[in-house]
Amino acid sequence: MATAPHRSRTFQLHGRTFLAFVLKPETPIGRWIAEADSWLSRSPGFFSGKPVVLDVSGLLLTKAKTAKLVAELGARGIRVMGLLGAEPGWTDPGLPPAISPTRAPESEALREKPQPQAQFRAPVSSRLIDSPVRSGQTLFHDGDLTIIGSVSSGAEIVATGSIHIYGTLRGRVMAGADGNPSAHIFCRRMAAELVAIDGYYRMADEISASLLEKPVHAWLENSELNIRALD
Amino acid sequence: MAQVVVVTSGKGGVGKTTTTAALGAAIAQSGQRVAVVDFDVGLRNLDLVMGAERRVVYDFIYVAQGTVRLHQALIRDKRIETLFLLAASQTRDKDALTDEGVEKVIGELRDSFDWVFCDSPAGIERGATLAMKHADMAVVVTNPEVSSVRDSDRIVGLLDSKTERARRGERMEKHLLLTRYDPVRAGRGDMLRIDDVIDILSLPLLGIIPESDEILRASNLGAPVTLNNPRSAAARAYSDAAQRLLGVAVPMEMPSDRNGILSKLFGRKAA
Repeated sequence: MATAPHRSRTFQLHGRTFLAFVLKPETPIGRWIAEADSWLSRSPGFFSGKPVVLDVSGLLLTKAKTAKLVAELGARGIRVMGLLGAEPGWTDPGLPPAISPTRAPESEALREKPQPQAQFRAPVSSRLIDSPVRSGQTLFHDGDLTIIGSVSSGAEIVATGSIHIYGTLRGRVMAGADGNPSAHIFCRRMAAELVAIDGYYRMADEISASLLEKPVHAWLENSELNIRALD
Repeated sequence: MAQVVVVTSGKGGVGKTTTTAALGAAIAQSGQRVAVVDFDVGLRNLDLVMGAERRVVYDFIYVAQGTVRLHQALIRDKRIETLFLLAASQTRDKDALTDEGVEKVIGELRDSFDWVFCDSPAGIERGATLAMKHADMAVVVTNPEVSSVRDSDRIVGLLDSKTERARRGERMEKHLLLTRYDPVRAGRGDMLRIDDVIDILSLPLLGIIPESDEILRASNLGAPVTLNNPRSAAARAYSDAAQRLLGVAVPMEMPSDRNGILSKLFGRKAA
């Protein structure tokens, strides 16, 4: 009998960390979906191909209603890869797998006492990129990010802290990506496709034409994304 | 040891093959040994532009697989004796190219030439990444229109990440060659401005090649444009670009077949 330990090369498991968008619906779900529809009509394709996690914690949805919500999102091209805050017993193959955040669930605390400053840790590190970021490149940094050079159309920059661009910003830029409303974005010349801080975003069409080609500063104030020219 | 130059663009139809032939011929004319290599396996064209389509016996794949020796597959140009062509296979597809095969062929070419020009296929897939992988230098061919500029930008990103140079942490020298430039259309504002293209791509400008019937005529005759009609505007622009590759400081000007006002109007200094 062959009992020697056999090491298979074809079945390997790795643990890796990924970045995903978290969608957090609000009750009543029907109205939330209507809002999502008007939002999607302005930014069609925003979620296409992007990993999305659905946060159902605190919504008190039944399993059937959750499945319906996932299907509704699927019909709009949003594919849910996992459920946050799902009941432990929901292991139905029709539902996305339940996942738990690696850090303590901040969302609960956030809803009960809205003190945005309190629960965000300080950025851990700073990173400098001294070359242009090209179309098709994606850059993620856990902390503050400074780029000396331009960010091309079709490039995407994501940082958990603030982002500084000493060049023309033509691509997509997302600061405070881990839930940090005190992140800022600066660029020397504004021609962005998308600017976002802590999930609040503006597409190119929603950015005032008077800001184009100008040095700008973007920040979040009372859950609203502000952009102003620096001179 | 040769300088290995990849001629690349991302987008198709912008003038990679024309550029490979024209620059290769111009540099070979100065007496240096030049090989032009077609990486577009399955859709080869460089043999046609070089006028050697009936002389291809063995191709890149034969050498890469070790079936024949490199010198058996190299085709010497009939006009310039320091210019050689390594044709792509027309009957195979890009999967026939392997990492090891390409490395071996480029290594051998490096030993016996001064310049190796690799004509990249369009796209960002295997053929294109293999063509750039062992290059020391890149000529990024771009038309002054948005889709070409964006594709070139994407390619520059790959040059900085997917090449052997990038893997070793070395800098890859990159040059922008603007092709199919039409001064009349640019004057009407129907094209991206040269300054804008340079600004978006942040690359040094190697040359501006005007849109010209001479290029089509030369291709149909099977001759690099720099050999077919050296006095034409396109040929002069390519010759200047070749000189700049050789390190000669040639002032940048907007070559035109119509002498006088137009060429003065669009004359410009090197960026």
